[in-house]
Amino acid sequence: MNQGLSREEIAQLVARDIAPGTFVNLGIGQPTTVADYLRADQGITLHTENGMLGMGPQAAPDETDPDLVNAGKVPVTELPGASYFHHADSFAMMRGGHLDVCVLGAFQVSATGGLANWSTGEPDAIPAVGGAMDLAIGAKEVFVMMSLFTKDGTPKLVPECTYPVTGLGCVTRVYTNYGIFHIDDDGERRRPRLVEAYGLSAEEIHNRLDVELV
Amino acid sequence: MPEIAETAAEAVSAVHSGATVLLGGFGNAGQPMELIDALLDSEATDLTVVNNNAGQADAGLALLIKERRVKKIICSFPRQADSRHFDEAYRAGEIELELVPQGNLAERMRAAGAGIGAFYTPTAYGTALAEGKETREINDRNYVLEYALPGDVALIKALYADETGNLVYRKTARNFGPVMAAAAAHTVVQVEELLPAGALAPEAVVTPGLFVDTVTVIGTDSGTAAAKEHHPALRSQGSKTTTAAEGA
Repeated sequence: MNQGLSREEIAQLVARDIAPGTFVNLGIGQPTTVADYLRADQGITLHTENGMLGMGPQAAPDETDPDLVNAGKVPVTELPGASYFHHADSFAMMRGGHLDVCVLGAFQVSATGGLANWSTGEPDAIPAVGGAMDLAIGAKEVFVMMSLFTKDGTPKLVPECTYPVTGLGCVTRVYTNYGIFHIDDDGERRRPRLVEAYGLSAEEIHNRLDVELV
Repeated sequence: MPEIAETAAEAVSAVHSGATVLLGGFGNAGQPMELIDALLDSEATDLTVVNNNAGQADAGLALLIKERRVKKIICSFPRQADSRHFDEAYRAGEIELELVPQGNLAERMRAAGAGIGAFYTPTAYGTALAEGKETREINDRNYVLEYALPGDVALIKALYADETGNLVYRKTARNFGPVMAAAAAHTVVQVEELLPAGALAPEAVVTPGLFVDTVTVIGTDSGTAAAKEHHPALRSQGSKTTTAAEGA
């Protein structure tokens, strides 16, 4: 079966859609790869939750600095115009609505923009949340990158999250291998709208999901 | 004026059994590793530890947990690839975990340092981490009540201190340092260099000395890296410092 877009292609679409001149936080893991596709002329400023704006690319092996790391604890670099601040200020930037966009991974997104990405809820799992809940409710726009279906074909865009939620009604866009969804508020409720389809037709996507699309 | 401790062991002697200890650092950046090692060598046990993580590999906090000297850990991200000592203690039911979203963790300590008893935050509303907590709708948005998180002792790392305890940090190593310094009744700082009063530019001080009780000097990689640069908080040589006599 056609797998739709590769992970790299999804990252490229996210990078394409981030508005110029914005302040952006890229989550740990796959969202980090979006940075590889941002163009200098977009003038995006990257935030890292451990206390920096103006984060540059990953540091070359011979240029690492023990005191300069990103949220994944990977050595990074600073760009002209960068600033450092403590943790409470860093999270005030999120919670206070000062970040324009954050990009996160997800296990599930609900039709109303609920996000589940911090725990599988298995009884013996050791829970860990980090900054996921702060980011989910803080940024003005929350973009999710994920595959549209699990390996066994179960949809990850769902009527209600069955995994433990990270935040309610917070996701504004979902970038998947088969298409991009915007979760819009039509005045009554929030609903997903398929804006671009890849590898499957819009009708096939509608048929394979258990959610009502606009 | 802070006390200047000659050794890390002397610096951490303020940590008594049963204490709540705020440990700075995010990964290795800003982690007061030598102070934590000194804590390991001390007799202190039955501790409540606040840190973003729950220790890694066979060092520092991970060893305190391995020796079962941490009864409770308050953190945001305990599970890591090499957090085996925490994992083992947790699965054996031999350590209590209070999982707190990272921003709530920082803000709860900030509140403690600022004399705020509790605050309403939108983070974690509607999630498992807000179960049983008071909630409130304010201007059409839902919030969760979170209480301040004070410490008995903070162990943190800064780049430079002056004799009055003023601190400056280096790059992302700042992380939890300033909020923990204010949130603890007794704050212990390890620094690369201790400078005379007046050597740090007052405008560039990040943590004022009022928050600092004990300073000890320990050289690490941070000092080596800093020596290759000019830290903006260091007054350039020859700049004029007004003395008390001139000011009078």
